Amino acid sequence: MNNILTVQNLIVRRGGVKVLDIGALNVQESRILALIGPNGAGKSTLLLTMAGLLKPDQGEMCYKNRPVKSSADRSRMRKSVCVVFQEPLLLNTTVYKNVALGLKFRSLTNGEIRKNVEDALDYFGISSLAGRSAKTLSGGESKRVSLARAFALKPELILMDEAFNSLDPPTRETLIDDLRHVLEETKITAVLALHDREETLRLAQDVTVMSEGRLIQSGATAQIFNQPDSEFVANFVGTETILEGTVKKSNAGLMEISIAGKTIEAMGNYPPGQDVYCCIRPENITVLQDTPEKTSARNTFKARIQKIVRQAFFYKMILDCGFPVVAYVTVSSCDDLGLCEGSTIIASFKATAVHVMKREK
Amino acid sequence: MELIVQGIIKAFQLIFSFDPEVLGITWLSLKISGTATFISLFIGVSIGTLVALTNFPGKRIVISIINTGMGLPPVVVGLFVTIIIWRSGPLGFLEILYTPYAMIIAQAIIATPIVMGISLASIQNLPPNLRLQILSLGASRMQMVWVLIKESRLPLLAAVMAGFGGVISEVGASIMVGGNIKGYSRVLTTATVMETGKGNFDIAIALGIILLLLAFLVNLLLTQIQQRQHPR
Repeated sequence: MNNILTVQNLIVRRGGVKVLDIGALNVQESRILALIGPNGAGKSTLLLTMAGLLKPDQGEMCYKNRPVKSSADRSRMRKSVCVVFQEPLLLNTTVYKNVALGLKFRSLTNGEIRKNVEDALDYFGISSLAGRSAKTLSGGESKRVSLARAFALKPELILMDEAFNSLDPPTRETLIDDLRHVLEETKITAVLALHDREETLRLAQDVTVMSEGRLIQSGATAQIFNQPDSEFVANFVGTETILEGTVKKSNAGLMEISIAGKTIEAMGNYPPGQDVYCCIRPENITVLQDTPEKTSARNTFKARIQKIVRQAFFYKMILDCGFPVVAYVTVSSCDDLGLCEGSTIIASFKATAVHVMKREK
Repeated sequence: MELIVQGIIKAFQLIFSFDPEVLGITWLSLKISGTATFISLFIGVSIGTLVALTNFPGKRIVISIINTGMGLPPVVVGLFVTIIIWRSGPLGFLEILYTPYAMIIAQAIIATPIVMGISLASIQNLPPNLRLQILSLGASRMQMVWVLIKESRLPLLAAVMAGFGGVISEVGASIMVGGNIKGYSRVLTTATVMETGKGNFDIAIALGIILLLLAFLVNLLLTQIQQRQHPR
């Protein structure tokens, strides 16, 4: 797969403070890359730099194998790259004129502009809004117009900064689906700055985790979520259980790890004596009333429910198995099993559900 | 009370008799203040936009100076313009003292900071990322600035109204640099001052009403344009 954009040793300072220090980042053509990280991680600054809107203090950037150095290079690059900001940033005119804005800068004929605008409005299901004033639109409609304005340009690379912020859940849901559909259909390369795990899982093929202006881990989405390589990434991608342990035995890819006097089995090849982190995603833990007679799960522990926290569609349970474990249980399962704080249950998980990371002392 | 009633009756007589002298004064007022506002619009919007979009050391001081200029006393402007275009002044060779040109210059100096201050504030009030958004859509710097100015058109029209209102109603500078010469540099405000001085209150009230009417009509026109900018 070709890289459409590559970044090497990029440093950006603001007010004398280093806000971005990127070793290497590649954006592959026709892929969807999510930049995730907490607030202040530098996602927006990186997007602006990649869009040629911010001049880096140091480092190299290549767009389609051509170095982007001068302001003329950045200006040229902006003709095929487009940014969608957090706020819709629509002009005080009609929806049609807003969507046509970028096309007018490209000196297209009126016929070409009309065709592109109509296509883009159609993509996002807002053809009926063409004549409306942008100032009268709802949040979701405004967001759709700002997306249509970007897609009308048929950019080679689209960069989106927290595109779904401040939208109500149903609007957000449908917009995510529509955006995914449009990206799949158009094959436009996209880089999305996100901080929501669910949005990341639904949209991105690749993920880069950022913190304090640096890249922490990059890889395919499944790899980042299932095999985080640091405690920070594990925490950020929602691995609720991160346990400190030491490898006791290691044989043919199966390890026995000692955690707080208990032993769990996990896949991996770290040598005995190695200090490790064991990461278990809450959805991979099964809660049962009794020890099952037959189970494929290698780890089964008697546990006491320490705390039950109601989430939107499930309960989050903090279990004490001799070590703390977080599990998600559906509302109906919780009611069926009659679970409450203080009750004793069985928690089980497979060896493959435990992601083991090396721990430095 | 009788004086006011007489004044109003006289005003309507003057307006509807199409008195050539009054028409001449009104037309000159409109020409001088309109030209001065146009000049101030060009300079004020350009510099206001430049200051709003550029970051430089001392920007806050510059903005404070512009804001102070919005309350520039017309007599002070009149004094400085008189000194500059006085026969022995730096621009004395132009020989424009006591001409409508001098009045245009003085009024443009009064209106420019008003237009500049409002333009600056309106451009600064736009969302900070809007200019980056416009650039990211492929605009050149000049295209971006033009879009921002167009986006600020409502407050900019308010700036025109404020600038025009400021100069059509000022008297100090006009009298100092124009000299209130009959048929040449006499405008509504200077004529009102003169007639009041002579005790011709009815004519003074009439001229005052015409001045108010003129200001109202110009602002009505600009408001119509401003409100039409709201797409439905």
